[in-house]
Amino acid sequence: MLSVLRRVDRLGLTLSLASALALVLLPLVNLQPNRILPGQGVALSQLWQQNSFLIFLPLFLLALLSATFSRWLWPRLMISAAALLLLIIALGNSTTLLLEDQPPFARVSLGSGFWTLLLLLGLLMTDALIKLKMAPLPRLALVAIYLGAIFALLASGLWDQISLMLEYHNQERFWQQGGRHLVLVAGSILPALLIGVPLGIRCHRSPRVRAAILPVLSLLQTIPSLAMFGLLMIPLSLLATSFPLLSEFGIRGIGAAPALLALFLYSLLPIVSNTAAGFDGLDPAVLQAAKGMGMSRRQRLWQVELPLALPVMLSGLRIVLTMNIGLVAVAGLIGGGGYGTYIFQGLGQTATDLVLLGTLPTILLAFIAAMAIDTLIALTQRETR
Amino acid sequence: MKFQQQLRNWGGSLVILCLLLYLTLGADSLEPLLRPLAPENAPAIYARNSFIDLVGWHLLLVLIAISTAAVIAILAALFVSRPAGADFLPLARSLANLGQTLPPVAVLALAVPAVGFGSWPTLIALFLYGLLPIFENTLAGLGSVPTTVKDAARGLGMSPLQRFWQVELPLALPLIITGIRLSVIISIGTATIGSTVAAKGLGEVIIAGILTDNLAFVLHGGLIVALMAMLLDGLFVKLERRFATA
Repeated sequence: MLSVLRRVDRLGLTLSLASALALVLLPLVNLQPNRILPGQGVALSQLWQQNSFLIFLPLFLLALLSATFSRWLWPRLMISAAALLLLIIALGNSTTLLLEDQPPFARVSLGSGFWTLLLLLGLLMTDALIKLKMAPLPRLALVAIYLGAIFALLASGLWDQISLMLEYHNQERFWQQGGRHLVLVAGSILPALLIGVPLGIRCHRSPRVRAAILPVLSLLQTIPSLAMFGLLMIPLSLLATSFPLLSEFGIRGIGAAPALLALFLYSLLPIVSNTAAGFDGLDPAVLQAAKGMGMSRRQRLWQVELPLALPVMLSGLRIVLTMNIGLVAVAGLIGGGGYGTYIFQGLGQTATDLVLLGTLPTILLAFIAAMAIDTLIALTQRETR
Repeated sequence: MKFQQQLRNWGGSLVILCLLLYLTLGADSLEPLLRPLAPENAPAIYARNSFIDLVGWHLLLVLIAISTAAVIAILAALFVSRPAGADFLPLARSLANLGQTLPPVAVLALAVPAVGFGSWPTLIALFLYGLLPIFENTLAGLGSVPTTVKDAARGLGMSPLQRFWQVELPLALPLIITGIRLSVIISIGTATIGSTVAAKGLGEVIIAGILTDNLAFVLHGGLIVALMAMLLDGLFVKLERRFATA
């Protein structure tokens, strides 16, 4: 008895209990009279007799059981993953039934029960994934395949009756906004890299340059994003009114120009300071050896110093990427475009699902970017070891 | 001599504080300066709320959210760093890491459907987002206490509670303060965006300016928020140094 208790994973047990409570107590979906008005919760008791729920429920219980024992990591990962996919299918199937004798504007939206389960199952999977200690590439592949499966389910039209997907089909420019979001992120980071990396190397070589530059950059970093956007709008719009030609090229107070400039300024600190830190951390013996081998200064920089400093520099890039993906969303407020547009439109119309349509892709982009860079860091670290 | 050194240490903060006070208390006297930036027939000074109120609300939101977040994050970090919480450590650590990739705007926007418009969603977003840096830094701080020091404390016959209060916490304090500083700075920014969900604060001046194309509002609000963030950042850095040397 005691040995069984010892194998109980406290975290898994807590998450399992919470998931079970969420499934029973919270509404999985809401039935709304229209797009804006809040709806009535639909609890599990009204849904469970459907076929797809009859498959989901046993699998869900099995997932919770596997989560409570610390040894069962693979089953925990696989069964919770399968349970989540089945939940998505089951909810998709149940919407047609729920909407059967409802007025035409009625909508089924995802309820707090679904979001809580998504979070808790996600945590269970994340925990299993960490404890399995997989190699970086297979792990990335596994996550990519799983996300692909969820996207395939959504693309199959299974959820087309659910409010979030209706909102998606209303927005013809959804993928263009995504492209614009990424363009703004890349457009601010690339120049920051081109300037920041050489600047970081200068900081490493000269303490005077470092003392002059880093405090300024970190001061810039403390300025809140909305204030920064606003403060940059002023010179840009003054420029545009005195030189109307400039506004033809998009240099205006409103729109992408202040956003790009602000993101560029924000990006400099992590890039410069991490480049400097990466170069500071190089082993002097290695540098001596490279010099002894007769490598020129340029060769040493490109073939020795940069590759060795790369992991630390990449972790700076990770900070900048995730930060800018979030900040571009704020730029939606000043007409910069991207997914932030949906967030602020949705907030303005109190349309929750439009808010979600802007928020979820932003979060997903940030997660994917972080995971991709983490994989890169792990790979470069292993190479240099 | 000593005075000069004090002045050098505090001079920057003092200048920022004076500017800040002038921009908030003397707002009306700025009218002629800001006039050219405002559209014709539009006011150059935001008047729906007094600036001192807005600064107060803004700071109050940050203070409530971050002090609650600090207490909970420090307790949570303490829990997962003890044997009883060891099962939670790997997930907690990667959650803190992953959670910081969550954009603050997203947290803010998601809080609205949960609790409605007003100051509450902002408070929740500030609180949730404030947890992570403090948690991560507290964990790092507690982890940086050398085992020899902890063993010595145990050898002196200190109880676990005494060891925590008198040994581990003081040694971890500079890093914890760094975490609080990061959280405060992020909160000031997020609270500004919070005005889009009807939280009271300085963001409403900037947003009113953007919506009515009134650059005077944008400049005035933007400057106050930026200076406030800089002032607090500077003060926290001083606090870190004080505790690092003590």
